[in-house]
Amino acid sequence: MTDVVIAGIGQTEVGEHWEISLRDLALDAIQDALKDSGGLKPQALFVGNMLAPNLSNQAHLGALITDYAGLTGIEAITVEAAGASGGAALRQGYLAIASGMVDVALIVGIEKFTDKIGADVDEALATASDSDFEAVQGMTPASQAALLMKRYMHENDVPANGFAGFALTAHANGVANKYAMFRKAIKPETYAKAEMVSDPLNMFDIAPNADGAAALLLTRRDLLPRDYKHPLVKIAGSAASSDTLALHDRKDMLYFDTAQISAGKAMKQVGIVLDQINFFEYHDAFSIYAALQLEAVGFAIKGKGWKLAADNAIGLKGKIPCATMGGMKARGFAGGAAGVYQAVEAAIQLRGSAGANQIAGAKFGLIQSLGGPASTAVSHIIQALD
Amino acid sequence: MEIPRHWRLKKQRYGLVGEVCPHCDHKIFPPRDVCPNCGDEAKEQFAFSGKGEVYSYTTVYEAPAGYEANAPYTVAIVKLDEGPMLTAQLTDVDNSEVQIGMQVEMVTRKMRNDGDERGLIVYGYKFRPFRLEPH
Repeated sequence: MTDVVIAGIGQTEVGEHWEISLRDLALDAIQDALKDSGGLKPQALFVGNMLAPNLSNQAHLGALITDYAGLTGIEAITVEAAGASGGAALRQGYLAIASGMVDVALIVGIEKFTDKIGADVDEALATASDSDFEAVQGMTPASQAALLMKRYMHENDVPANGFAGFALTAHANGVANKYAMFRKAIKPETYAKAEMVSDPLNMFDIAPNADGAAALLLTRRDLLPRDYKHPLVKIAGSAASSDTLALHDRKDMLYFDTAQISAGKAMKQVGIVLDQINFFEYHDAFSIYAALQLEAVGFAIKGKGWKLAADNAIGLKGKIPCATMGGMKARGFAGGAAGVYQAVEAAIQLRGSAGANQIAGAKFGLIQSLGGPASTAVSHIIQALD
Repeated sequence: MEIPRHWRLKKQRYGLVGEVCPHCDHKIFPPRDVCPNCGDEAKEQFAFSGKGEVYSYTTVYEAPAGYEANAPYTVAIVKLDEGPMLTAQLTDVDNSEVQIGMQVEMVTRKMRNDGDERGLIVYGYKFRPFRLEPH
């Protein structure tokens, strides 16, 4: 099989883009990716989106976006897997290219949160959970993460502020990322004083929901333009896994099975072990998710994921750098675009163009996109080829 | 307004009716017809006692649409005495008194108000602290 390469990347700044529509935001990222690729022409579009039908009363994004981007005629669909929509769309694009059925695939992750505000956004987000048995109880993703964090702290004797390291790392890494929503480092005192959202979860344990779009162009290595100008980056491994939709149905809710299964499969495809992974873009929509992913993937033993953050082992110079461009906490959580942002950022790292945030000599990056509390996980290993 | 949907769930919402697997005796809530324990077909109804304990909990201050009037409220994962866990609001309790391991029992309460002019009110299960003496 020839290598599936990330030929072009594009992203918009994540933020509250009151003046920019869903279609315009998607177009921005797409135009950047097309230009970055050196003029490749996509044959298929895979849209990663989570909530446009709820937040913008807009479904059928495939046709909407190809139409608006002047790409009518090509095939186009939306891929939805809650917060993992971006990772899932990337995987569909990867499969299309790897199979040989499509030569150039465009993936765009797009989320337009600010078409609604407040309780309406919380209601929309809750549709990712079990509507009949979770959301009906007034449960939201944030309160569910709080439940998970409460139980985790109870079982593992985590001190108050034990999770601070995740936000500190993310915000430190967001400073040099011009696409990040928050570009200011925070102090431990800032975390400790932060307003409680759903005890023990405070506002720094939650990534901000915000508008954003990110895009990728995938192709096979032999189809790249002759004068292709970037260092080559390929998708070396790709896997996805699903678990019970409702958190309460898990045998052990403090172990993210899907994170383990998908990352393990992806690593096996590449033939690498954990020590060879140079950075990890986890799905830090909530700090507890980040801790549980570090454990499930194997970077920490069960119950000790928070310690990696507390000991700063996840910083840019740490044992396993995470959220290297700010993660969801500082770059911002753009819903169905989140997994595509991860891939764009991994490509930047592996091209060696991450500037102040560069992981020296990075060869392999693991990116992991979660839907709900890891009811879906999609893992990709991105590799620098030369 | 989703009347058929809420009506369909009345046995679960009002009676905590789940299933018991005829093959491995695993108790199942909510009903799902395929036993999550052994994978065999499980369609035999089973009414849970409604007793259990708090596995984890948190208080919601920023409620989703339809629940704002109740906020702040405490949601919990309750481990039923028969085994399964479920997600439910706690009621008749001061939010600050809730603890992991607290014994609770099921009661029927108003869940949400759909708020349109036809005023559908959804009732269902919540859990309150279990005490031997009557409330």
